[in-house]
This record gives sequence, structure tokens and C-alpha cells, in this order.
Amino acid sequence: MSQIINVEHLNYRYPQQSESELTLHDVSFSVTAGEWVAIVGHNGSGKSTLAKNLNGLLAPVSGKITVDGQVLTEDTVWDIRRKIGMVFQNPDNQFVGATVADDVAFSLENQGVPRDEMLKRVADALAQVNMSAFATREPARLSGGQKQRVALAGMIAARPKILILDESTSMLDPEGRADVLATIRQMKADSDLTVLSITHDIDEAASANRVLVVNDGELVEEGTPAEIFQHGPALIKMGLDMPYPERLKAALKRQGVTVPATYLTEKGMADWLWQLISNK
Amino acid sequence: MAIDFKQVDFTYQPGTPFATQALTDINVTIPDGSYTALIGHTGSGKSTLLQHLNALLKPTAGTVTIGDRVITPETSNKDLKALRRHVGIVFQFPESQLFEETVEKDIAFGPQNFGVSEADALKTAAEMLDLVGLDRDLLQRSPFDLSGGQMRRVAIAGVLAMAPQVLVLDEPTAGLDPQGRLDMMEMFANLRYERHLTVVLVTHQMDDVANYADNVIVMDHGKVVKTGTPQDIFKDPDWLVAHHLGLPKTTAFAQQLMARGIQFDQMPLTEDQLAQALVQQLPVQQLGGATDDE
Ligand SMILES: Nc1ncnc2c1ncn2[C@@H]1O[C@H](COP(=O)(O)OP(=O)(O)OP(=O)(O)O)[C@@H](O)[C@H]1O
Ligand SMILES: Nc1ncnc2c1ncn2[C@@H]1O[C@H](COP(=O)(O)OP(=O)(O)OP(=O)(O)O)[C@@H](O)[C@H]1O
Ligand SMILES: [Mg+2]
Ligand SMILES: [Mg+2]
Repeated sequence: MSQIINVEHLNYRYPQQSESELTLHDVSFSVTAGEWVAIVGHNGSGKSTLAKNLNGLLAPVSGKITVDGQVLTEDTVWDIRRKIGMVFQNPDNQFVGATVADDVAFSLENQGVPRDEMLKRVADALAQVNMSAFATREPARLSGGQKQRVALAGMIAARPKILILDESTSMLDPEGRADVLATIRQMKADSDLTVLSITHDIDEAASANRVLVVNDGELVEEGTPAEIFQHGPALIKMGLDMPYPERLKAALKRQGVTVPATYLTEKGMADWLWQLISNK
Repeated sequence: MAIDFKQVDFTYQPGTPFATQALTDINVTIPDGSYTALIGHTGSGKSTLLQHLNALLKPTAGTVTIGDRVITPETSNKDLKALRRHVGIVFQFPESQLFEETVEKDIAFGPQNFGVSEADALKTAAEMLDLVGLDRDLLQRSPFDLSGGQMRRVAIAGVLAMAPQVLVLDEPTAGLDPQGRLDMMEMFANLRYERHLTVVLVTHQMDDVANYADNVIVMDHGKVVKTGTPQDIFKDPDWLVAHHLGLPKTTAFAQQLMARGIQFDQMPLTEDQLAQALVQQLPVQQLGGATDDE
């Protein structure tokens, strides 16, 4: 299995910061092709800054980033950007087309995709996010959730090798979120897509193969979702919510109930309660 | 301040080929002092309705009454200042409400615009920053050189600085980390009691509706399709699913328990309600308080 992203000793500071400060400090990790990695951390911990370093929107102070076999430099940055599709935190910052359909087609035109195929891909992508009826609308004149759906459709149509989602489901309704996660799974099944998703959402983190935890500009932990979720209440400090069974356990404890210390899934929790109550 | 919508229609770009009707025949009252949650799926008209609360948008038909101000399609854009002072809106995307050179000036802008002295407004700005959990080091930073969650907090601070009587929040916790989300929701609830605010919250988090709201308005395709207490709204899961809405986590989990045979007198909406209901049914030997296998 090949490494598609490799980050070694990355340091980054914004131009207005003093020499003694760093927004990213000695960050190293790698991602295997086809992997889904969630990046979590509290507000201001450096997640978006890291994402922007990966596609060369920001240039590190020191360190080495390799994407799909190419070392990121001024010469390779355009090649690398073509391989990475990024959905930003606020979709307004990324709309370029006059209509929704133009916007979704934008990166395909740049890639030189033939017109027939382009139209088909755009129509398919809009259907995937339930926005076909809005193809001729102006992206700026949509509701918040509709904007996020269009931004995602742009990436579905572009079919990048690597997809970076920066809190791109934060304004979707629960159904919309579930749709997006299902779409990503489908894209991963169709191609060898690698996904990096920056999120505070426990369900999105649970969908990943691996979770990286960023704290004050440093990578402080990594593990499978199950390993990370065992931290219980400490998850809050990592910028993640507690899984529901842990929250219910805490509420039961407040009522004086003895609860298991091991991590229970929702089903495990329901089984445990049902067993106690039905055997009473 | 009570707010009343009577037969309100709203159309974006009316009279053009792009006309989109976003609200249809809205008749709804937001009681004075209530904590009203406005829910509905993507594009149902929530943000459009909210922008009527301070006349940023005016109805294309019907009337909106906010306190003693009546807004109709004919209302002029002049003398809306008093209304805008009393109704503070935190928008869905925080960038759209930040514009000054520094965080400090941005937060101080509202109070200064309403006649507060510069010195007092700057003092308020620093206090508001504390309230939203940001470091005072950020006061001199450009609001655009912040992380997404930090921008959100500055936008909230700017609205709170005006000390509005009606606090209107459009998905105010999107992009906040869970601690920030909890802190902010608790802060809004406290402010409501301390300052007797009316709070209107748009959210997709049904847990926030269950935990904080006492009044709920459900929208679908530009219409109000249901109003009631959280209990009223969440007692019918099938209806919610049909309107593309979720359940509070606790209610969804209680459904799994009900499928196994556990019964509840009243549908639990929060963890604490569920825990209380379960305690009645658990065997006594389980009520020791400690954690097993620790
Ligand atoms: N353009 C900028 N100029 C200077 N500092 C910045 C800039 N953008 C972000 N920062 C700072 O860098 C740090 C990391 O910001 P970043 O946006 O990477 O955080 P994040 O982890 O994505 O947070 P959030 O969850 O709030 O989006 C923060 O302290 C932030 O204030
Ligand atoms: N500026 C605008 N011009 C034209 N149409 C608009 C504009 N803003 C929103 N709309 C349309 O009006 C309808 C209602 O949008 P609104 O923003 O009120 O939805 P919402 O309930 O807030 O959705 P979300 O949960 O996605 O934020 C949508 O169909 C949307 O496309
Ligand atoms: Mg960010
Ligand atoms: Mg909205």
C-alpha cells in the first residue's frame, strides 16, 4: 500500500506572527492511498492551516510535504492542487461560476474534460447532492445548506485523488449529513479516493479509518475511532463530542446508577439496559 | 418583545425571471420572553424568516409586528435604527457580518453606532471577548485572520455588545468545537434569564431544541407546518421523518429501547429525562453509584 501524503516536520507561522510563534509545530504524519482520515481539534488548533499547507495555499517555514510521489515546491504546486479537491469551511469563498451548473463544471473545464462528459458529470454530481432543480440558480443566492451541497457537488464532479473536507457538513441537516457520508463512501468504493475530513462531528469522525488529533498546532494523538472514543470525557478537550452512550452513562451516574466502565456502542448500551430491566 | 407574523409572503427578486418565493402565508407568533426554535430542512425558509425580524427583509405581502413596530411591504428603510438596536441577529455565515480592521473595532461598532462613547464601546468589546471565550490578545487582530470558530465567536460578541432585547441566532454553533457549543448555548440561556431576552434559534441540532427551547416552529417549503412545545413536536417520530427532520439523540435511543420492550410514560427528550425514567425501572442492586470493573 502506497503513501499518498507524507508530511515531515512541518512548521508554519502566519506572516504577521513573531519569530517565536508557530501555528503548526513539528507536524509529521502520513496517509495511505484510499484511507479516510479525520482531523479533529478545538477551535483555533490549526486544522485549516494544516489543510492549506497540504495544497500549497500556505507555504511552510520548514518541513517537507510529499503528495502522490511529488515533493511540494513552487514548481509542483499546480500539479498537486489538481490532485486535491478541497471544500472550504465557508462555501461563499469558493464559488466562481455564475450559475450552480457552471460552478460545478469549473474544475472540469480546467482539466480539459470533453463537453459531453462534463455535462454528464455535472448532472450526476448535482443529483447526488439533491440539487438538480437548482442548476441554473446563482450560487450566492442559495440557503446555507444548499451552498454546502453545491460546493460538495463540485468535488464529486472533479473526482480528485484526494478530497479534503474542512467542516463541509456543518450547515447540513442530519439527513444531508448522512447523504454526504454515504456519497463519500460510494466515491471511495468507485475509485481509490483518499479523504481527509476536518470535523467536530462524532459521526463523521466515526466514519474514518483513523483519527488525528491536533492541539495548539501539534499533532498529539492518532488512532482508530474506537481507540480515540475510549477517552470518554477527555474527548471534549480534543474538540470532539462524547459518543451518546457515554453521555447517557454520565446521566445515569448522576442518578446513582452503577454503569460499566468499558466503552459501549449504542447497541451495547441498549442490550445492557434491556438485560437488567427484563431480568428484574 | 413579542413578534407576530400575519399572512406573510416573501419572494426574492420579485417580478424578474429569477423570482423565488421563499415564504408563503406565514401566520405565527413568537411570544415575549420565549426561547423559540425554528427548525426545518435545508432551504425551507428559516434564514429568510429570521431576516424579517429586524426588517433586513420586508414582506412582499402581509405584516410583521415586532414589539410596537409594524413592518409592511411599504415600510421605508429609514428609521429602522431603533428596531435594529433591539433585535440582534447572528448570521449563518459569520464572515458576512465582520467588516472592521480589528476585532476590537468590529465588536465596538454596534454600540458606537447607537451612541455609546468610543471608550465605553472598546471596554465592552474586551468584556464581550471574554464572554465568548476568546483571548484578549486577539483584540488587535483582523477579524478575517482568525479560524472559523474564532470568527463565529467574534460575530456573536458583536451582537451581544449591542445588548439586544431579542437575540436571533442562525445556527450559531456551526463550526464551534463541542466545548464552545455547550458554553455558548449555556451563555444564551443565562442571558435570557438575566436580561429577560426573547431568543429565536435556528438549528439542525435537535438536542439543542430539547435542551433549551420552550417553543418550536417547524417549516417546510416556505410554510409553517407545525408549532408547539418540544414535547408536542417530538412525540411523533414518523411525522418528523416525513418532514426530513431528526430526533434528539435521547429520543432516538429511547425508540431502540422501546423496540426491545421498555416502556415510557412520556417520551424522554434529554439524557437526564431518560436516566430518571430508567432509574424507576432498573433493579435496586444497580443503584450503587460506582462504576463496574474499575
Ligand atoms: N490569516 C491568518 N492570519 C493570522 N493568524 C491566523 C490566520 N488564520 C488563522 N490564524 C490563527 O491560526 C490559528 C489556527 O487557525 P486555524 O484556522 O488553522 O484553526 P482551526 O483548527 O481550523 O480552527 P476552527 O475549528 O475554529 O476552524 C488560530 O489561532 C488562528 O487565530
Ligand atoms: N438571496 C437569495 N436570492 C434568491 N433566493 C434565495 C436567496 N436566499 C435564499 N433563497 C432561496 O430561498 C429558499 C429559502 O432559503 P433560506 O435561506 O431561508 O433557507 P433555510 O431554511 O435557512 O435553509 P438552510 O438550512 O440550508 O440554511 C431556498 O430555496 C433558497 O434557495
Ligand atoms: Mg478551521
Ligand atoms: Mg439558513
